[in-house]
Amino acid sequence: MISIGARTAARRARGRGRPRPVEVRLRTVVSPHQLNSRWGRRLYWAVLLAVLAGSTLAFVFPMYWMVTGAMKSGEELARMPPTLVPAAPTLDAFTEAWELFDIGLLLRNTAYYALGGWLFSMAVDVAAAYALSKLRPAFGNVILGAMLATLMVPPMVVLIPLYVTVADLGLLNNPWGLWLPAAANGFNIFLLKRFFDSIPKELIEAARIDGAGPLRVLWSVVLPVSRPILGVVSIFTIVASFKDFVWPLLIMTDSEKMTISVGLSQTAGAVSQNAIMAGLVIAGVPTVIVFFFFQRNIMAGLTAGSIKG
Amino acid sequence: MGVLKRNLTAYGFLCAALACFAVFAWYPMVREFVLSFQHTNLIDPPTWAGLDNFTAVVRDPAFGTAWLNTVQFTVLALICGYAVPFVTALVLNELRHARGYLRFVVYLPVMLPPIVAVLLFRWFYDPGPGLFNQILDFFHLPALAWLDSSSTALVSLVIVSTWMNMGSATLIYLAALQNIPPELYEAAELDGAGILARIRHVTIPQTRLILLLMLMLQIVATMQVFIEPYMLTGGGPENSTVTVAYLMYQFAFTYGDGYGQAGALGLMLMLALLLFAAFQLRLTREDKA
Repeated sequence: MISIGARTAARRARGRGRPRPVEVRLRTVVSPHQLNSRWGRRLYWAVLLAVLAGSTLAFVFPMYWMVTGAMKSGEELARMPPTLVPAAPTLDAFTEAWELFDIGLLLRNTAYYALGGWLFSMAVDVAAAYALSKLRPAFGNVILGAMLATLMVPPMVVLIPLYVTVADLGLLNNPWGLWLPAAANGFNIFLLKRFFDSIPKELIEAARIDGAGPLRVLWSVVLPVSRPILGVVSIFTIVASFKDFVWPLLIMTDSEKMTISVGLSQTAGAVSQNAIMAGLVIAGVPTVIVFFFFQRNIMAGLTAGSIKG
Repeated sequence: MGVLKRNLTAYGFLCAALACFAVFAWYPMVREFVLSFQHTNLIDPPTWAGLDNFTAVVRDPAFGTAWLNTVQFTVLALICGYAVPFVTALVLNELRHARGYLRFVVYLPVMLPPIVAVLLFRWFYDPGPGLFNQILDFFHLPALAWLDSSSTALVSLVIVSTWMNMGSATLIYLAALQNIPPELYEAAELDGAGILARIRHVTIPQTRLILLLMLMLQIVATMQVFIEPYMLTGGGPENSTVTVAYLMYQFAFTYGDGYGQAGALGLMLMLALLLFAAFQLRLTREDKA
């Protein structure tokens, strides 16, 4: 502390490089004046460093530990105290996990369910939102209300009757058992409808005068201008199906048809720790990559859905 | 376009969604009631059970514990999962640097499939080479049994749950904080309000609606906790982590053909949540008047 003070004093005496004030664009709890007082600035940097270190430790370090854990040998994993950096990093655990869990198959299944589910629920939900927003049928508001009401019912509560229904329809171990219930998503319809509502009437009228039918209007006018919301809903739908656990656990019970989450949970007890870690890394990679690329859209969708909803 | 034709086209576009909702959303809600009064094994035609399912569920030795644990889990998860994200959002909102990085990092666990987070933490909780006990050891603190002791198991579940879910709450609060008009803070400052007073009289009232909404959503979400006890503890040790949702799963899929009992338990959970929602609505309404 003393040395820091001395250094600042020396720098002041030399008359150059007064510490740059913290720039404030938006006023928050702490006033810019307080923030840029001498102690305010010191406290600010201290808090910033603490938050950076703390959140990196809390959120990035576990991921680091998982990835490096997968690269350690079995003995090194069990060693106490643990090594921070793998002594002899290998990718053996990944190949081992790939074969033991049959991860290739699990990943292919999951991707197939996610893409199929995405295509199907987009088709169903976009059509429904378009009808409710632009074609305005009789009882449209009642239907929308009934769809939104399903959001109030916690999924766990209707899990068993839903399972029984799907079993009655013979959809166990059938991808449609995942796709059909996923399409009944009131939240997607709500987000899409709200966006469609904001499309100017004139645009649609103009297309109609040119002789476009409802399907043509949807395809060539509404969809092209709705790209942002379509992107958000798509990402959420795909990520949700990658993350889903309980429902595929119940209905995709054939080991040939499991998703990666369910497959990992079934074999986790039977294989070595570093193979599990490798499996976890592989299972985590797709959604994290999606996050890297679509961060902005995901954040936008998150706040669009929650604040004004 | 005539009215009839317009309605017909509209319902044409709607029919797929209506069918999906009818079969997989609206009908299961009704089915829940019917199911709780039936004996069914999905093969033979279901028979009327009267209140048998309900008495069977209530008589189950884990019934009381499950409710108690669920409430305990919800309260603990709220203390962590409600306060921590709000404070985090408050602090992040004050920072002018590395905002993108911090937001990214806080939300990262939300993107991981829950099974990954849960199995990762199972390894951290390992009493031997697990990371947590190694850290305690590094600071010369006594090791904990984490998942293996009935006094720490539930808390361990709350920690995982908070870690993997707090990101979305934090970002939602952060967005709400950024919508507060700066003039309010300036006015409060002119009136001589210190930082804590500004938080109390400006920040919290301005974010009240979103705080209440999130409280409700989080309670509903945590009351349904399933994957953590299912993967980490199997309800143990000594039933200390059996939750209502987990017990429901056990009735239906472990005890064998107890779909009716599971339905009855689900119905009770739904009623509990509805009562809570009504209570909450009433509170907010009185507040407004």
